[in-house]
Amino acid sequence: MSVAVGLQGVTKHFGDVVAVDNLDLDIHDGEFFSLLGPSGCGKTTTLRMVAGLELPTAGSVQIHGEEMGIRPPNKRPVNTVFQSYALFPHMDVARNVGFGLEMRKVDKAERENLVAWAINLVEMGGMAHRKPGQLSGGQQQRVALARALVNRPEVLLLDEPLGALDLKLRQQMQHELKELQREVGITFVYVTHDQEEAVTMSDRIGVMHDGRLLQVDTPETIYEHPTTRFVADFIGQTNFLEATVTAADEVVLANGDRLRLSTEHSGGTPVAVTVRPERLTVHGRGEAPGGTHRLDGVVDSVIYMGNAINYSISVDWMHLDVRCPATLAGDRKYVGDEVTVSFDPDHASVVIG
Amino acid sequence: MGKGVALSTAEPMGATRWLLRGHSALVYAFFYAPIVVLAFYSFNESQLVGRWSGFSLRWYEAFLQNDNIQSSLWVSVKICAASTVISVVLGTLAALSIERFRWWGQKVFDAVLYLPIIIPDVTMAVMMLVFFGETAELFNVIPGVDLTDGLEKLVLSHVAFNISFVSVVVRARLANLDEAMEEAAADLYASRWQAFRRVTLPQIMPGVLGGALLAVTLSLDDVVVSSFVSAVGATPVSVYVFGMLRKGVSPLINAVSVVILAASMTLVMASLVLERATSSRKR
Repeated sequence: MSVAVGLQGVTKHFGDVVAVDNLDLDIHDGEFFSLLGPSGCGKTTTLRMVAGLELPTAGSVQIHGEEMGIRPPNKRPVNTVFQSYALFPHMDVARNVGFGLEMRKVDKAERENLVAWAINLVEMGGMAHRKPGQLSGGQQQRVALARALVNRPEVLLLDEPLGALDLKLRQQMQHELKELQREVGITFVYVTHDQEEAVTMSDRIGVMHDGRLLQVDTPETIYEHPTTRFVADFIGQTNFLEATVTAADEVVLANGDRLRLSTEHSGGTPVAVTVRPERLTVHGRGEAPGGTHRLDGVVDSVIYMGNAINYSISVDWMHLDVRCPATLAGDRKYVGDEVTVSFDPDHASVVIG
Repeated sequence: MGKGVALSTAEPMGATRWLLRGHSALVYAFFYAPIVVLAFYSFNESQLVGRWSGFSLRWYEAFLQNDNIQSSLWVSVKICAASTVISVVLGTLAALSIERFRWWGQKVFDAVLYLPIIIPDVTMAVMMLVFFGETAELFNVIPGVDLTDGLEKLVLSHVAFNISFVSVVVRARLANLDEAMEEAAADLYASRWQAFRRVTLPQIMPGVLGGALLAVTLSLDDVVVSSFVSAVGATPVSVYVFGMLRKGVSPLINAVSVVILAASMTLVMASLVLERATSSRKR
């Protein structure tokens, strides 16, 4: 798979602030890649450096193997969908969408064809002569998308494009964006702080924190096997069991239990074992099946969620959150019940940090 | 007008309503009564401004026969046009540089730019007088420039105070403009100039035009700075009229004022008509 966007040692300082710190990343051709992280983690700055709207303090940005150097944004083969959409209020939809083609001096007949194609692509046919001020947020979003896609960029950069939309519309647009990406086959680089958005849409996710790229993997791997405490915590709910590495494939929990889990951290390193609430199961005391890791505890609280039941269970040194699907809730537990919590070590990961 | 809705909810009733109406009427009266009086007495036959003795166009005739007034009007128009164009261009550039870029010494430049708005006209006038006194010879070295004839000096000094006003007005407009708009233009292959011309300028245009209008007014209006700087042969009409006043008020001044008023109203009307025509063409 060829590399659409290659970042090597990319660093950006704003005065004394290190916004992006020595970032290495290859984004593959045709993939939907998300940069995910809390606000201020450097994800937008990274995107802007690909677009040419910021220049890196150090490092190299390549697009399809071509070094971008200090090339200005108007000379780069990428287009951006801005968070604020940044539609030109004095031009109608068609003029907005055609702006890039006009600047590149595409002749009028072809321009009109392409503009019509792009407007239909985002299902805005019939709105071509509206001004942005006459459109709803969702419609503006579509126009911003069409305005970028009409240029058939090598890479499309999207900076939290759904951030300003309400939940329902956002979910619908997530689906549509994914469809659209498949249809046009253009590499999408998507910046978001919404983990659900990243997980549902992306082929791969890069999680950023404090200017660093912590983990790059498929959504599944990121969710099931995070490598750092931050990633495990940022993506969904989880339990952390404090532990120490004893050997290459063994950690010891705070209560002295030994767990066979592979880790590349050396002996003595303080780590945590993370298990998702839905990967834990609750049994009557002593009834847990073999081949699993077992912890005895007492039910602290029960929250009925409709499609699931959430238990908080206190084991002797901590609390565990357990999520039990409603279909398996026949054997309900109540506050004060003495139980055994079990999990398959395959569903646990060792994280650091 | 949505009579039922608007009246029932928004407009005050009874005595309050009449009080407010009276207030508005008084405000308009204070604004426009002097103008009406001025225009009225410009058609007075009498020498004396305050005493009506019959309709006459003699003061307009006098105006047409008075070469001094006409040439001073012409001087004003030239100064006004030149200083407005120059200060609109420079003021807009200054606004752009402060709002859109970060550079060394910017804060100082920003503060200095506001000075002409704050400092009294007389100070500005004395400054200009001294400045030109000291540097006129230096300017005259530049081919084609001759500050001794006065017109250039007037233009330069009007530019000096107009830049500030233009840049303040344009800056207010720029500050409200999403910077991402210019980035989007650049992202869509526009060069810096194209981005300015196609995206930024159309959106700050109301500010630029507002600044220009302000510059025109300030330039035509200015007496203090102009009277310090003007030389024989290049007297703007404001200074000339002010000089006439010292010899006593004559209805000729009224006539001149009405002509200026009519001209500026025509200008404003023309710009409104023009704007409506272009905006309706764009739909």
